[in-house]
Amino acid sequence: MADLTTDFLGIKSPNPFWLASAPPTDKEYNVRRAFEAGWGGVVWKTLGEAGPPVVNVNGPRYGAIYGADRRLLGLNNIELITDRPLETNLEEIARVKADYPDRAVIVSLMVPCEEASWKAILPRVAETGADGIELNFGCPHGMSERGMGAAVGQVPEYIEMVTRWCKENYDKPVIVKLTPNITDIRYPARAAHAGGADAVSLINTVSSITSVNLDNFSPEPMIDSKGSHGGYCGPAVKPIAMNMVAEIARDPQTAGLPISGIGGVTTWRDAAEFMSLGCGNVQVCTAAMTYGFKVVEEIKAGLSRWMDEKGFTSTSDFVGRAVPNVTDWQYLNLNYVAKARIDQDLCIKCGRCYAACEDTSHQAIAMNPGRVFEVKDDECVACNLCIDVCPVEDCITMERLAPGTVDPRTGKVVEAEYANWTTHPNNPSAQAAE
Amino acid sequence: MGASTQKASTRKERADGIVAGRRTKAQIADNFSDLHPPLAPHEAAVAADRCYFCHDAPCVTACPTDIDIPLFIRQIQTGSPMGAAQTIFDQNILGGMCARVCPTETLCEEACVRETAESRPVEIGRLQRYATDTAMRANKHPYDRAAPTGKTVAIVGAGPAGLACAHRLAMLGHDVVIHEARPKPGGLNEYGIAAYKTPMNFAAAEVDWLLSIGGITIETGSALGEAISLDGLRTNYDAVFLGMGLGGVNALRAEGADMAEDAVSFIADLRQSADLTVLPIGRDVVVIGGGMTAIDAAVQSKLLGAENVTVAYRRGQEDMGASRFEQDLAASKGVKLMFNVQPDAVKGDGKVEAITLTYTETRDGKLEPTGETATLPADQVFKAIGQTLVAVPDGLTLEGGKIAVTGPGRTALADVWAGGDCAAGGEDLTVTAVAEGRDAAMDIHAKLTGAA
Ligand SMILES: Cc1cc2nc3c(=O)[nH]c(=O)nc-3n(C[C@H](O)[C@H](O)[C@H](O)COP(=O)(O)OP(=O)(O)OC[C@H]3O[C@@H](n4cnc5c(N)ncnc54)[C@H](O)[C@@H]3O)c2cc1C
Ligand SMILES: Cc1cc2nc3c(=O)[nH]c(=O)nc-3n(C[C@H](O)[C@H](O)[C@H](O)COP(=O)(O)O)c2cc1C
Ligand code: SF4
Repeated sequence: MADLTTDFLGIKSPNPFWLASAPPTDKEYNVRRAFEAGWGGVVWKTLGEAGPPVVNVNGPRYGAIYGADRRLLGLNNIELITDRPLETNLEEIARVKADYPDRAVIVSLMVPCEEASWKAILPRVAETGADGIELNFGCPHGMSERGMGAAVGQVPEYIEMVTRWCKENYDKPVIVKLTPNITDIRYPARAAHAGGADAVSLINTVSSITSVNLDNFSPEPMIDSKGSHGGYCGPAVKPIAMNMVAEIARDPQTAGLPISGIGGVTTWRDAAEFMSLGCGNVQVCTAAMTYGFKVVEEIKAGLSRWMDEKGFTSTSDFVGRAVPNVTDWQYLNLNYVAKARIDQDLCIKCGRCYAACEDTSHQAIAMNPGRVFEVKDDECVACNLCIDVCPVEDCITMERLAPGTVDPRTGKVVEAEYANWTTHPNNPSAQAAE
Repeated sequence: MGASTQKASTRKERADGIVAGRRTKAQIADNFSDLHPPLAPHEAAVAADRCYFCHDAPCVTACPTDIDIPLFIRQIQTGSPMGAAQTIFDQNILGGMCARVCPTETLCEEACVRETAESRPVEIGRLQRYATDTAMRANKHPYDRAAPTGKTVAIVGAGPAGLACAHRLAMLGHDVVIHEARPKPGGLNEYGIAAYKTPMNFAAAEVDWLLSIGGITIETGSALGEAISLDGLRTNYDAVFLGMGLGGVNALRAEGADMAEDAVSFIADLRQSADLTVLPIGRDVVVIGGGMTAIDAAVQSKLLGAENVTVAYRRGQEDMGASRFEQDLAASKGVKLMFNVQPDAVKGDGKVEAITLTYTETRDGKLEPTGETATLPADQVFKAIGQTLVAVPDGLTLEGGKIAVTGPGRTALADVWAGGDCAAGGEDLTVTAVAEGRDAAMDIHAKLTGAA
């Protein structure tokens, strides 16, 4: 069995699976049970300033998007940060950390954007013995209307400033949690880096309206006939999160900055994908909220089995392995020519490839008598749509044309050499190949 | 249809002869409950999600009424079962009955690509039932009639063919009178289909729903060849559609054949019986035949409480008219299927005591007796060896014992159309009858409005 122990910023945990700051980590009761269930660490539900805690709505705070059979694909929430007193949370954190020294306990924080507020709370967090802090610059609803959360996360200067205050007033690792509700994720990441952050974690939730009630004409979840945008998470946001992670991982300005990956992690495969894109660990919220703490068993067993199959002994063997292969479009090899191939034995003759290609792509699939579908090599641009819509796995595949053969579509001989857009004759600003 | 409870039988249940009350009320209710129970909304959503929305879908090609199956399934999937029902009814006004009785395993579901892929087709029949049930519960007829054309059409027979034809004509603005020999409309939907396929008087409810479009009058007890004649109808109406099905049955050629009962009449009695505990059934029942009627008679005999039920079919299993699903259904109810046997003699003195069967084999493409025999104890023998057309009016051409038609049911007489079981061509199925009735109506409409 591969060793799942991870060291993230010097914080050790028995596995790289932490529960993200959210309801699963809202209180001692949950966190103890999560640790018993096998989670490697938790980021405690975000704490606010001392004094009267925030209040949540008293109506529904979640909305959902379903796939077949009511599989939850996306969850939307309008919950605020913890609505329990600061003192209660701090006492609980201290107790839990003392009882679970081998698990990571990170405290998520969100206080007003004033140095005094941070100076007030940081020593109190330090006293709990927690392993580090995470700055919640991501919450896109409610708190942002009060100048916190995403309101800070959307202004790189504030991120840098607050991060610096924290680094000056707290001596354990500082993780900056980023909001995806921004045009270019590299700017906030660079700001966190400049402020001295030990790591960034991402993503927080994506601003969203999951559905509209067509009888009341109000967004859901509906509170007394009104709705407000919420934050979207769960499997649906994973592609968005992974792109943002990869952008930061390959940005020379933030190279080497540790990343904690969040957003839709549900299975071992999701975790492996995030980690291969450069995340030292991953955080999970919706999967636990959907299936309970037990999901971690599958994530742990699956990752460990996969590592064994791959011959990886430690997570560091594959963290970041995919980063060098994430490139810009302009560097993709234009001499890589492929054609779709339909396996007639596997084909069930549904004709979806035909409809998709004929109606919306390149008219490159022929429907022959007897519902025999065949690729027309002289039209196929290898776009992959047929594969994406085919219900049978591996029925349609892409086959690379060997260099030296003629592409019937272009009539040109396929070149063996790599050549990209930067050197392409159609590119007005092409440079001659060296 | 719940698994029929098989506990140790009582003396009453084992009584010799043809007797009533072999099963209690509760057992009968259980045995004759819905063969394919309706889908709950969530089940329907999940079942609908399995459809691939195929291009030029093979299931549609396989449907005799050309229902746009992927479209209606998608409408269920998007939460619009009423829209789904409309898609179905546009092609097949008896979509509710067809959802229950179609041998989908040899039609749409056999063609479904998921049958090819994983031997588990999309449950098209049950989804169709889900949609049509939802619409029919709404108790509002989904079609309005076009402006009156002033034309009148006479239809003979209120079976699926006649009803489908009548509805379409009424919708197009013509006035329709259906002459029906029996006391109730519905044809074999009412008198023939197995009870567990259409429980709770669905056939009658569907006819009422269909008629609520208006413009259709049914005259029951009015038989062609008795009170009315084809010539009379042709004189009094602008067009005539014949949908009288097959009223006769083939004769059994065997010694003592007169002691064999007609399976179709047995089923009709069963369908019309308000209390199945008073319907008598034999202890040892033998059904001669290999089609759907034979299977239905056998299964229902078993469900009524017959101890031993055997279907004796003269050819091999592969030639059986009943689908594999029907055969398996029979086997699961405890019916014994015997192949390559034909009746030699029904024995008994006044009442049936046994039946002697001769084994057969096919030599040079011909079925020949081998000389070996087997004798089964029997107190009731049913023949289900095919129905025949009776009382064909003059002026019509016959083909293979049925009314010859061309195109959309045109007969040798320019103002007479025919469809359903009584017309040549097509399988003898409810859905085929609906398709033929509908198509004839369109042709009649074209003719009456001068478009053809
Ligand atoms: C026992 C049995 C089980 C079956 N099970 C199935 C099944 O599960 N699924 C399936 O798809 N098909 C089944 N079928 C076949 C299906 O019932 C028929 O194909 C279908 O009913 C044909 O419709 P139709 O309108 O042509 O004729 P019918 O349904 O036979 O209707 C003809 C109507 O005309 C009336 N009529 C007859 N003669 C006259 C006359 N001279 N004057 C006035 N009216 C007259 C009759 O009383 C009847 O009402 C079954 C058939 C039988 C016998
Ligand atoms: C109900 C709910 C409450 C949340 N509250 C917080 C919070 O207080 N602080 C925070 O940093 N993130 C919060 N999040 C965001 C999650 O920590 C996480 O970033 C997001 O849900 C994406 O991960 P997932 O796809 O695994 O759920 C919350 C999410 C949910 C669903
Ligand atoms: S063949 Fe099956 S999967 Fe394809 S459209 Fe018809 S029901 Fe759907």
